Amino acid sequence: MKLVLSGNEAAAYGAMLARAEVISAYPITPQTKIVEKIADLIADGRFKTEFIKVESEHSAMAACISASLVGARTFTATSSQGLLLMHEMLHWASGSRTPVVMVNINRAVAPPWSVWADQTDSIAQRDTGWIQYYCESCQEVVDTIMQAYRVCEDPRVLLPAMLSEDAFFLSHTSEIVDLPPQEELDAFLGTYEPDVRLDIDNPRSFGSLSMPHQWYPEFRYKIQEGMEHAVEAIERVDREYGSLFGRSYGGLLDLYRCEDADTVIVAAGSMCSTIRAAIEELRSEGVKVGMARIRVFRPFPTEAFRALAKDVRSLVVLDRSFSMGSEGAFFSEVKAALYPLSDRPDVRGFAVGIGGRDITIETIRSIITDSLRPDTGITAQKWVGLRRCEE
Amino acid sequence: MKKTIPDIELMERGHQACLGCGAAHAMRYLLKGLGPKTIAAIPACCWAVIPGVYPYSCMDVPLQYVAFETTGASISGIEAALRAKGKKEGTTVVGWAGDGGTLDIGIQALSGAVERGHDVKYVCYDNEAYMNTGIQRSSATPFGAWTTTTPVGTTKAWKLSPKKNIVEIMVAHDIPYACTASVAYPEDLIKKAQKMKDITGPCFMHIYAPCPTGWKYPPEKTIELARLATDTCIFPLYEVTNGKYRITKRIKDEKKKDVLDYLRMQGRFKSLDEGAIQSIRDHVDFEWARLLRKEECFGEEQ
Amino acid sequence: MSGKELRCYEDLPPSPVTHDSSLVFKTGSWRTMRPVISKEKCKLCGFCWKFCPDVSIFEDSEGYPAVDYDYCKGCGICANECPFDAITMLEEDAI
Repeated sequence: MKLVLSGNEAAAYGAMLARAEVISAYPITPQTKIVEKIADLIADGRFKTEFIKVESEHSAMAACISASLVGARTFTATSSQGLLLMHEMLHWASGSRTPVVMVNINRAVAPPWSVWADQTDSIAQRDTGWIQYYCESCQEVVDTIMQAYRVCEDPRVLLPAMLSEDAFFLSHTSEIVDLPPQEELDAFLGTYEPDVRLDIDNPRSFGSLSMPHQWYPEFRYKIQEGMEHAVEAIERVDREYGSLFGRSYGGLLDLYRCEDADTVIVAAGSMCSTIRAAIEELRSEGVKVGMARIRVFRPFPTEAFRALAKDVRSLVVLDRSFSMGSEGAFFSEVKAALYPLSDRPDVRGFAVGIGGRDITIETIRSIITDSLRPDTGITAQKWVGLRRCEE
Repeated sequence: MKKTIPDIELMERGHQACLGCGAAHAMRYLLKGLGPKTIAAIPACCWAVIPGVYPYSCMDVPLQYVAFETTGASISGIEAALRAKGKKEGTTVVGWAGDGGTLDIGIQALSGAVERGHDVKYVCYDNEAYMNTGIQRSSATPFGAWTTTTPVGTTKAWKLSPKKNIVEIMVAHDIPYACTASVAYPEDLIKKAQKMKDITGPCFMHIYAPCPTGWKYPPEKTIELARLATDTCIFPLYEVTNGKYRITKRIKDEKKKDVLDYLRMQGRFKSLDEGAIQSIRDHVDFEWARLLRKEECFGEEQ
Repeated sequence: MSGKELRCYEDLPPSPVTHDSSLVFKTGSWRTMRPVISKEKCKLCGFCWKFCPDVSIFEDSEGYPAVDYDYCKGCGICANECPFDAITMLEEDAI
């Protein structure tokens, strides 16, 4: 079935098609349409689920974790300040090994108030033990929700996942979205059946105290082990989804025209569509440029970057976020991934599109021009388009 | 041997509570009332430690340890998931939190849970301070009490504000049932727990649970002190069913004990002067008179 | 509620889910004062059993209350609440 859906509506349909059994969510701009659409689908009798309209995002995540421990498939959605309020519970979800799936609308962090696209909110959650996907299209949102449940509920993974989509550029942009038949998705997903759950017939305590000399480090390492299994599971599930439904997204790192590229742009989210258009222009002018889209940031696609690095001269990393006092996380982590290689490409970083500032084809072209200048000695990350006084 | 409370024990021996811990009594009695078909959520509080370290637990009912401020949200999630799975019928979902986790950091999630009308039971065991972290004042700490963050000193800097009235806050949410209970009156506590189990919808119980470690009294006095709190009308036992008040332990005027008997037993009140003691006495009398009026005006016969 | 012994990382489940009872913790070792029940004075009222926070009073074969010294922490509530002075707290060292 094909429908014209915004990124937000795609998320709501994704939850319905995945048959999420408990949804617990709180409204925040620009995510509101997700909770509204879910409420509509329930009100029209199309979606049978328990929707808890909680009093905060913190409670939203707490309720999802508990519901998941009972054995329910759970879903939530948030953005920006809401995600930041959830931070404590994000750790709780991964520590509890609950496969909660969440859609996050990437929105700038206040103050000053801003509701526009910026990835600081989700990047700031990178150490919480969550799998992180970044989507480029409304279609990818639906498809990735399906894939995420399969990956997260894999007994060797058992971790939560957040899917991010850029505020407005994706959340409020409508596209034709193909929704696969429900029975085929049911067969693909199966049901969530955890080994142990909160169950009166098998009374267990979940999450009890562990002393330093007992098992705390071991349980933390188990989360890392789950992440390592997730690398394989994400690739495998993406391929299987592709063979069933005709769409796959390159697993962790989505490569575009990289085969003969000298320069590869590294980015995530909605700006990647603009980058694709810029690449077409540059290619027609003879510039050999490609793109490596970070589709999954956690687990980090370390091996995929190392494989890519063998054949390219330079990587141009674009961050729509910034770690104050350091640099953008993508820039740091790409460099860290390549560090063990003896022959490394030149890596340059640009902070771009902060707080929803528009990224045009021209923006991308100027970044490429800038980075193609021979041996400029640039190592620090450059903020693109700051409105400084003219020199 | 005469047994006036149910035989069943769902809290096992070997738990890690301090000697004479009122919170241990409270859990023992509550589970006797709610029975084995109960799922519990416990946030940060003494009871996050009492069951024992991994992989051991004194709890014979399923339990999720939850984040400090999330008890209300967590039991909402458990209840919703049980309904989604068709397993809610016959299962009681209970949140069990201390006074800090209920009256302070957890009040938002609690308010949300009962406002939404989940079929959950929320029980606050009140030892009148953050005891697990080492006796810091909470909004349940009464006027006049020493704690490590109201250390009296030379300036009489004991807790200066009155205790928050959580039961009345719950009554204001228009829930089917809210009550107080005390470890000194287990029969009454268990009867109320059984009542909560049989009610569909959000219920709240506030249990008075003395703490020898934090209140500075000998551990053998826990029950005696709890009894005195009710006999002085400092902690009256009552229930509010669909807005109707009923006092479950009536204290006749001639039997009412003086607050001084209660205060003198505890080190946390040892620095109080006459003026402070009189103001406690006045406050207790005022609150007791107010409760009697509520029962008179909004009692079950009305 | 009994599970296998945990020896190493590989024995652990993904998250800390308990599988064994707190009965392994013999909290009787905490005790400095020992309650001793006099059957002569006991009137079988059951207060000691009812008010024990450590579930450490049980009914013996003759129907009298008895103390489970493996777990009794010696708080003394039973002695304090006994209406018939049938329970005496003795120093552990003196026994």
